[in-house]
Amino acid sequence: MRRYSAFAVAREAARFHTGWERAWRSPAPKKKYDVIIVGAGGHGLATAFYLGKNYGITNVAILEKGWLGGGNTGRNTTIIRSNYLQDPSAALYEKARSLYETMSQDLNYNVMFSPRGVIMLAQTEHEVRGYKRTAHANMLQGVETRFIGPEEVKKLVPIINLAGPRYPVLGGLYQARGGTGRHDAVAWGYARACSDMGMDIIQQCEVTGVRSSGGKVTGVDTTKGAIDCDKLGLVVAGNSGALANMAGFRLPIESVALQALVSEPIKPCMDVVVMANTVHGYMSQSDKGEMVIGGGTDGFNNYTQRGSFHHIEETVRALVETFPMVSRLKMLRQWGGIVDVTGDRSPVIGKTPLGNCFINAGWGTGGFKAIPGGGWATAELIAKGEPGPLAAEFGMERFIEGRFIDESVAAGVAH
Amino acid sequence: MLILECPYCGVKGEETEFHAGGEAHLKRFGPGSSDADFETYLFMRENPKGVHLERWRHANGCGKWFHAARCTMTLEVFGTYSAQTYEPPQEIKDILTAKRPGWSWRNFK
Repeated sequence: MRRYSAFAVAREAARFHTGWERAWRSPAPKKKYDVIIVGAGGHGLATAFYLGKNYGITNVAILEKGWLGGGNTGRNTTIIRSNYLQDPSAALYEKARSLYETMSQDLNYNVMFSPRGVIMLAQTEHEVRGYKRTAHANMLQGVETRFIGPEEVKKLVPIINLAGPRYPVLGGLYQARGGTGRHDAVAWGYARACSDMGMDIIQQCEVTGVRSSGGKVTGVDTTKGAIDCDKLGLVVAGNSGALANMAGFRLPIESVALQALVSEPIKPCMDVVVMANTVHGYMSQSDKGEMVIGGGTDGFNNYTQRGSFHHIEETVRALVETFPMVSRLKMLRQWGGIVDVTGDRSPVIGKTPLGNCFINAGWGTGGFKAIPGGGWATAELIAKGEPGPLAAEFGMERFIEGRFIDESVAAGVAH
Repeated sequence: MLILECPYCGVKGEETEFHAGGEAHLKRFGPGSSDADFETYLFMRENPKGVHLERWRHANGCGKWFHAARCTMTLEVFGTYSAQTYEPPQEIKDILTAKRPGWSWRNFK
């Protein structure tokens, strides 16, 4: 792999950009791999990357039914934060956030991580109390957040309307080290690094069946033929239920649609991410100048990657109250993704009823921020066969044992 | 936008008039049941690609809970029926068989 650098840009400029090579190979699948990862989204590629980097396992195939990073990795609102309430989540998301800080250097790929700060607005007395509690919990967890008053919110976000008609802004939970990243670049960067380690990324290759014997997976059937493997990792977000069905077990997961939209590009007006969970809306400004807006999920199971219109209306209504200038913006695009939601709104990283089949799923509405941490933990799980400290609490058995990692209050709607 | 018909008051409305209530025909387990049964009842879900039997409440209408058969891949609503039943009525099953041959949902066919 030829490294990207300022020198490379100058070199290619001098020869009319004829020397750039493909970022990753597109090989035909081999008969057998040590590890097959199903799903070439952020988490799947990160899992493969850390399998190679941390454990030296490089005979790996990453199968993708569509195109790389075309699911929720390419559909989210790119927010990165780690201000969670419970200890296991804070550890996992903070690991991810810290890996984002050096990701561009680690992957030699500019993922445009922008630690511009994230504010979660408190707009009711309950939220004020809840976020103060989260700030205290974060202090104990070693995650840097603090509760700020309305004046400081206004200073950080001049376009905000503090005296909203329904829900005035009473303060906010501020994580200065949170921010945004370039979501596609995260997938592309991991893919390039995986391919460089000799892993096969096989796109347009849908898994149609999981073959097993004696309680162990032996391989998968795909639209490009059968492929054998020693270990299988399922990292398919919204399609986890369908894959689990093929493998013969059920999951504590339901798939619903989550929507986002972007406005026309405008001049820089907001250099932090603002989330307003009471009114269901969150917004940041991309480097292109578009206001990136996310809203709430639909209430019903859905695999169509499009959501209900009334949720867009609710989200935009909330944002117009919070940021009056939004009322003059035209919206450019709207899209939906299928998110996999668990009962306690925390992910599942763990073993399955099939001995050598592992799962990373259930990230719900907040998987992007966790990509490097989730990949790190899942790679450890697949390599060792047992979860490491990061993933230990996230196994599916927590639903039998009643050992929930309850983030439905702390992180319920918007991520 | 989903269009649902409440089987109780016969009103047809769009989804904002209703509230989705998740998977239907769950067998409820209470005190004294095994951990596995309790987990299955509370958390494990079919989450199928295709035919889904689910609960809805006519929240901005008569307020009653009812059941619907819907496709999660196309959002087509096959029909709605009373919640006072352990399995979908034959006419709903006939519609499903006509529109999705070979469909199955848990132990219903």
